[in-house]
Amino acid sequence: MVAVTSVAAGSANPPEVVTSRASRRRLRPWRGLILAVAALYFVGPVLAAFWFSIHNSHTGIDFHAYTGFFSAQGFGTAFRMSLLLGLATVLITLILMVPTMLLVHLRYPRARAWVETFSLLPLVIPPVALVVGVRDIISFTGEDRFLGTPVATVMNFLQGNQPWLLSLLYVVMALPFTYRALDAGLRGSSVTTLVEAARNLGASWPVVVWRVVLPTLRTSVLNAGLLAFALVLGEYTMAKILNFSPFPVWLARFGDTDGQLQVGLSLLSLALTWVLLLTIAGVAGRAPGTARFPFRRRTS
Amino acid sequence: MTTTRRRWRIPGGRVRLGWLGLAPFAAYLAVFFVLPSVLVLFSAFRRVDPDTGVHSFTLQNWSDSLHGAYLKGLENSIQLAAVTAVISAVLGLVLAYAISTSRRPFFKQLVSTSSAVLANFGGLPLAFLFVAVLGSAGVLTSTVQSLFGLSLQDDLHFSLFSIRGVELVYLYFLIPLMVLVITPALEGIRPQWREAAENLGATGWQYWRWVAAPVLLPNVLGSTVLLFCGSLSAFATASALTNGTLAIVPLQIDTAVSGNVLVGQENLAAALALNMIVIVVPLTLIYQLLQKRTTTWLR
Repeated sequence: MVAVTSVAAGSANPPEVVTSRASRRRLRPWRGLILAVAALYFVGPVLAAFWFSIHNSHTGIDFHAYTGFFSAQGFGTAFRMSLLLGLATVLITLILMVPTMLLVHLRYPRARAWVETFSLLPLVIPPVALVVGVRDIISFTGEDRFLGTPVATVMNFLQGNQPWLLSLLYVVMALPFTYRALDAGLRGSSVTTLVEAARNLGASWPVVVWRVVLPTLRTSVLNAGLLAFALVLGEYTMAKILNFSPFPVWLARFGDTDGQLQVGLSLLSLALTWVLLLTIAGVAGRAPGTARFPFRRRTS
Repeated sequence: MTTTRRRWRIPGGRVRLGWLGLAPFAAYLAVFFVLPSVLVLFSAFRRVDPDTGVHSFTLQNWSDSLHGAYLKGLENSIQLAAVTAVISAVLGLVLAYAISTSRRPFFKQLVSTSSAVLANFGGLPLAFLFVAVLGSAGVLTSTVQSLFGLSLQDDLHFSLFSIRGVELVYLYFLIPLMVLVITPALEGIRPQWREAAENLGATGWQYWRWVAAPVLLPNVLGSTVLLFCGSLSAFATASALTNGTLAIVPLQIDTAVSGNVLVGQENLAAALALNMIVIVVPLTLIYQLLQKRTTTWLR
């Protein structure tokens, strides 16, 4: 959970490590060895796991782990739940954070430190600890005295077949990522000037946000959305402890029935996240004013 | 701008209502972050009398969470986090240096994206990846068995589902995390410093000992602290790998709240969660402090 990365460090790239020619020559064999060992350690298990997912000592090689998961029992429900939770999380995040950050950026720069601090705070409390507090809220609002009140209705809705409650919590968990993505976009753009120009020309605020701000910030809005989405697709801790069954929880439970399928789907979900993040990197690389390597923790 | 300003004011008044625009953000965090956090603190010190149903304050949960199996769990957790943090800090630093000396942007991009996947979103899939490799029917397990006639479990005393096994899997996402957090610091080292040192007659060792190491040290220490926190609070990998049986704090929290709901277990879970928070929060502050020291030199 402490593992945050910043999207687009905002400023220009720091100078690369350049060593003098002599030391470069001395370094080379070591470098090669280190990179080779690292490649073996990181790629080896992936290849071995892929082999495991397609090879069976009784039946030989087959690809059912990659073709049969759609028909696996419960997969459809679980995956659909994860997708919907992901979309809801992205939507809530953007509706909440874009206006907030715009307001801070344009009008209340002094509030920026506060918004930043509170956006990064969820890193400090481990999800496995926070979720205990969430369970307290659930059990408190489940008491008899709330029966028939709007509180009970809302809580029932949030914990129904589609547990929207998780989305509300994921917005908080994703906040450090999404804050940095949006912040980098706002810093690197001329949104202040554009908004003033639009306002002077008589545009209303909703029009300004829809037709000026969002197009200007499309890269960082997309980054924020993809990061939040990737987080939801893989989130296990809160869903498991709150007894909901989106894709990751289903993946963990279903393992008893088909180990190969479980490993195959694990590889697929890693690959999916990887593609999502490569997309971010690709988009960030093309946009002016953003760093080439977006998954960095900002040091300043 | 002046026309806009006027719209945010109550006519004749001096109160600006624009601040209210920050209210949704504040309210959202209050409900979904601050409230649960405070409730953990609160219910860690509450108990329900099983006979009368009366709530009262107590130190019992907290004391329970520091005795017996739970004390052992806390020790295991801290040991696990410390071992994995130190190993991955060292290995990650070496790896990050090897990568940062590369001149191929594409390669760096690939490493940075892959590290981000493993460090931030790996959790659960990594557990199954390693089951496929080192589990009882894993690829490596059966290869070692057929090639050398050795059983990982019996002859080499290695089990993926023990604390050693979990440590091994944690390295798989902690080393990439170290690469992610230390790379900016490595790239902040100016080539001029090296040139200056060499012009003054310094050897490679002297340059590292007296120039590079002092600049990097706060950052390396800070990153190690960060890895410690990440390792301590990780849940998904250990939960999936050991099916919740390993005695570490995050899994004990899960067992306490999702097992048969005994009276008071929720409060015990809150006390366990509070222990984690008490460890992690000061360490994060230390990390921030060390980061600040570093940025004096590396920008």
